[in-house]
Amino acid sequence: MTLTEEEIQSWVGREEIDPPGDIACERGYIRHWLEATENANPLYWDESVANKLTSGAIAPPTMLSVWMRPLQFVPGRDKPRMPLSLHFALKEALGLPEGIVKVNEIEFRTPVRPGDVITTTQRVREIGEMKTSRLGTGRDWTIDVTSRNQRGDVLGIETYVMFGYRRDQ
Amino acid sequence: MKAGDALPPLKKRVTARMVIMGASSSRDWQPQHHDHHWAVERAGARDIFLNTPNQAGWIERYLTDWTGPRGRLGKLKFRMRRPICDGDTVVFDGTVTGVKTDDTGCMWADVDITLRVDGERATECTARIAVPERDDDNPWARDGERWTP
Repeated sequence: MTLTEEEIQSWVGREEIDPPGDIACERGYIRHWLEATENANPLYWDESVANKLTSGAIAPPTMLSVWMRPLQFVPGRDKPRMPLSLHFALKEALGLPEGIVKVNEIEFRTPVRPGDVITTTQRVREIGEMKTSRLGTGRDWTIDVTSRNQRGDVLGIETYVMFGYRRDQ
Repeated sequence: MKAGDALPPLKKRVTARMVIMGASSSRDWQPQHHDHHWAVERAGARDIFLNTPNQAGWIERYLTDWTGPRGRLGKLKFRMRRPICDGDTVVFDGTVTGVKTDDTGCMWADVDITLRVDGERATECTARIAVPERDDDNPWARDGERWTP
């Protein structure tokens, strides 16, 4: 099935709210992140520093997108949910099996704290023309993602520029 | 702190463990970040490569190594021009491009950061980070109209 350009562009402005993440922000995952990035910032290791600066533990701001990524296994769920579901729905609709992130922009607002459960709202901002890069032939698209905690506070706004493509034979 | 200041460079040898731990800690199970065959045969990369949130995490760590714990990241934008793969040696460098204090008294440093592999730019980043101008200012205590990254 081939979509017309008009049908493709009708995705612009489409909005999707993903269900709350499968896990709440938690200290073990924060430690794992610090381990992976060899981050010695005492804000995340020394409780007295966290109490003084942030009135208790927070997650490193760049962990924002971690909390909305679904678990790979949940009892009773037929197939794993995809994070950034709108991106994967767009890939499928356009028949472009591969996808990479080209640009990621994040504005950080209220810090995420252990116990917070994150919900994201995604919106397609732009879909580019067909083009060929060294990876293959496809399109760029831009998706804005707003993350909120259980109180409705905005935690951050992310923008992803993706390239969805098919490898050239 | 002033425009033109350079951040100390950071050099890291990328290993499979670093790539996979980065993917695991960001809960990103896209196969190009843990499966060598997929990365090469499906994604067309040289090997498994660092994922997006993990790169953001390394950039944040690079910045806060420089600012200390009071540094609070406001904005980050990065473009990944080529993958950073298992086996690569990545070098981070950063330059302050501007320092200004906003109407609320928050001091911001704008920093350009580049991650290079074999001298070639792999990831280019611009960041805005709040750094306290005075000892009694704590950027983390700011919110609402007093936090305008």
